[in-house]
Amino acid sequence: MSGNGTGIGASVKRKEDTRFLTGRGRYTDDINLPGQLYGYILRSGMAHAKIGTVHTDAAKAAPGVHAVFTGRDMEGVGGIPTGWEITNKDGSKMVEPGHPALATDKVRYVGDCVAIVVAETAEQAKSAANLIDVEREELPAVASIEAAEADGAPLVFDEAPGNVCYDWEVGDKAATDAAFDAADHVVSIYVVNNRLIPNAIEPRAAIANYDPATGDYTLYTTSQNPHLVRLLLGAFVLGLPEHKLRIVAPDVGGGFGSKIPHYAEEAILTWTAGQLGRPVKWTCERLDAFKSDTHGRDHISTAKLALDADGHFLGLHVSTKANLGAYLSTFATCVPTYLYGILFAGPYTTPAVYCEVKSFFTNTVPVDALRGAGRPEATYLLERLVDKAAVELGMDRVEIRRKNFIREFPYQTPVALQYDQGDYDATLDLALEASDWAGFEGRRAEAAARGKCRGIGISTFIEACGIAPSAVVGSLGARAGLYESGSVRVHPTGSVSVFTGTHSHGQGHETTFAQIVSDMLGVDFDAVDVVHGDSAKIPFGMGTYGSRSLAVGGTAIYLAVEKVIEKGKKIAAHLLEASAEDIEFENGSFTVAGTDRSKTLGEVALTAYVPHNYPEGLEPGLEETAFYDPLNFTFPAGTHIAEVEVDPETGEVELVAVTGADDVGRIINPMIVDGQLHGGLAHGIGQALLEECRYQEDGQLETGSYMNYTMPRAADLPSFNINHNTTLCTHNPLGAKGVGEVGSIGVPPAVINAVIDALRPLGVDDMSMPATSQRVWQAIQRANG
Amino acid sequence: MPTVTMTVNGMERSGTVEGRTLLVDFLREHLGLTGTHVGCDTSQCGACVVHVNGTSVKSCTCLAVQADGADVTTIEGLANGADLHPMQEAFREHHGLQCGFCTPGMVMSAVDLANRDSDPSEHDVREWLEGNLCRCTGYHNIVKAVQAGARAMGGGS
Repeated sequence: MSGNGTGIGASVKRKEDTRFLTGRGRYTDDINLPGQLYGYILRSGMAHAKIGTVHTDAAKAAPGVHAVFTGRDMEGVGGIPTGWEITNKDGSKMVEPGHPALATDKVRYVGDCVAIVVAETAEQAKSAANLIDVEREELPAVASIEAAEADGAPLVFDEAPGNVCYDWEVGDKAATDAAFDAADHVVSIYVVNNRLIPNAIEPRAAIANYDPATGDYTLYTTSQNPHLVRLLLGAFVLGLPEHKLRIVAPDVGGGFGSKIPHYAEEAILTWTAGQLGRPVKWTCERLDAFKSDTHGRDHISTAKLALDADGHFLGLHVSTKANLGAYLSTFATCVPTYLYGILFAGPYTTPAVYCEVKSFFTNTVPVDALRGAGRPEATYLLERLVDKAAVELGMDRVEIRRKNFIREFPYQTPVALQYDQGDYDATLDLALEASDWAGFEGRRAEAAARGKCRGIGISTFIEACGIAPSAVVGSLGARAGLYESGSVRVHPTGSVSVFTGTHSHGQGHETTFAQIVSDMLGVDFDAVDVVHGDSAKIPFGMGTYGSRSLAVGGTAIYLAVEKVIEKGKKIAAHLLEASAEDIEFENGSFTVAGTDRSKTLGEVALTAYVPHNYPEGLEPGLEETAFYDPLNFTFPAGTHIAEVEVDPETGEVELVAVTGADDVGRIINPMIVDGQLHGGLAHGIGQALLEECRYQEDGQLETGSYMNYTMPRAADLPSFNINHNTTLCTHNPLGAKGVGEVGSIGVPPAVINAVIDALRPLGVDDMSMPATSQRVWQAIQRANG
Repeated sequence: MPTVTMTVNGMERSGTVEGRTLLVDFLREHLGLTGTHVGCDTSQCGACVVHVNGTSVKSCTCLAVQADGADVTTIEGLANGADLHPMQEAFREHHGLQCGFCTPGMVMSAVDLANRDSDPSEHDVREWLEGNLCRCTGYHNIVKAVQAGARAMGGGS
């Protein structure tokens, strides 16, 4: 790896930017097909109701309307599947109710799909939907975990008694109990992880087309993983073979997890296009996005930490209740289990850890992955608890962490993971210095003189990213492999097309992957283009989520480049009348070792496509594909420090400073990596201070627009102080770990710990997210008695 | 249905619209200028910001008929041929965009600020962007880009 001006390690400006900056991006809603009709999805306004006849005659007779379809019309079409089967404590399997794309007998959340109206214009379709009369009998709803688990609670599904989907555990319960028996101190905590609405700024959209002449379906959709949509939609819902179903996810305007799932609307649109033989386009309005994009988080937990007299952690016991919403979305069941419970060792040597999770159905939007997905929930609980332990034991918050850090690798945790590499002291030291932790008390005193309560908070954390080793996740209930594919096509004149199964929706893959390939092959950065997001162009792929694209997808590309080089050596050896073993490849040239005799990659490529003088038995062409299945998760880690000032009169929290010291493994493009960190931090700060999805008891969404769901705006945030200390992942050749989720995982507990630190002199020792001025003010009033 | 005529990116454009047709729909659906985006329906996100007579306007909150006779600039009209506008260049240089969806509105809004203030402080930029949501960048690099872009523009576009 040469590390040249556009190579690995360089902050290359992004290939993507010119089209985005000039209005020439191509998002799904920008695409229009000849003969296209418009679909409008009629959604349930009730959280829970029996459905009788859906009267559609008036809507069908409305101007411009071509068709109206209801759940009855789609009977016989498969339901929307879920991707992960969880096993209960007793060995039985989770309850897995059906999920019809269009509701049939019942609706189960406000936003559930009831009918599609297809018309000449979007306005006509929407107007006609008002003419649909749905016979319905409202049923009592459960809109929260507390309501779902109450005695005699209404059931979301008759087959799920107590509204329980599964009751799962990980870790050694007996060993953990024994640790508590031997403890000098036990510290307990109750935390709520607030429900969030993802809010990618591009609303979901889709256009489906069916060509009766070929029998081919094409679906353009706002997806983070087009091949996964093809697999689920084709094999499970519509019964279409892969070669007749093409999924295109063009430029996608942010995902954050909400564009992972295969959604009912994708199935409805594709089926409808097949019925009508015309393209059908649907664009979600933002108000509908609030009640139909999957939501995130929503946990209630109690936990206790056992410590010895010196502050060493002996055992951790976590009991969590999770809200899955009304139906099981694609990754819904694994987020509160395998992306959550296995994180509880954190960066610490706690010898005994046990976590149990009971997940509930409720009459709310399905819950699925949201930036971090399970790992923010685990980190928030653990880092709140560690801070509480420091206070209760009278220890320094930094020292209690340092005392328990893992320092020997590989490290086998008591909850399944094996960390391959890390240096938690290094990121801690870096963050302490960068944030001037030592000088904080002076700043606290200065703020106090102005009537402000200043606090500082810390979070030291690990993540499990690079999702994921297929055999491991398969043994845990995953129904798909989680490898990645990469193809590298060297064209006859030496330019290169790279095909990846990951999907970029802001991450800059077109730039980062081109840096890797141009660096390895010694070709110009501008001579490398990256192709993604089209199942007709890419061999296969699992998409982008779980901070996996570089560690898994990048590695697949790396391995494909190595294959290209190996083949190139054979061709060069033939041309140079040498042995392939004697050929070295460097800076774009194949050279006979120890000589100046060489052939450029371009010469070798041209020979591969014009093979008149060519090695016997070797195939023409210079194109290779690699599938890479990771050997382990990757483990990014770091320390985040937040500093706040609270106005005790109003409860307003001002976030004064945020410092991150992160180990994300090999950095290909520092500019892009820092951008990913900024975005994750903003998302985590949003959760800590601003964002909260709230339902009324009857299942009506209270926070259903940007007017009452608080998104972080520019003035809510400071600039971020980002620092790096790198240790390399040991099990992929790039040494990459992942970066997309770091901020949203690490920073929320640092912010809340800072707010509590600020308020402790006022007698406040607990705070929930989001720490709004109202909540903070109320806590101060309660503490004042 | 009314006919509207306006100058869009320097060219006179006409179309027959419904009275309720929004300016953003006229731009996207009638003129094919899909660089202007729709991210919400409550005038909150700012992905649809364009300039009407030189001032930033949320085109989802303006009827096409209201812009009849106006001079409209969209993100497609900002660059000078292959040369990016200084604000576009600043966003590229400072990595002020990721998924690109909020970007057209951010850039158009930023140009309006820069036309008023050639050297805005970080605080000024953050306050000015009150009407533009971004979920990707945490605004950190957007703020740097807007400051740099404003300085590069030198008080005028």
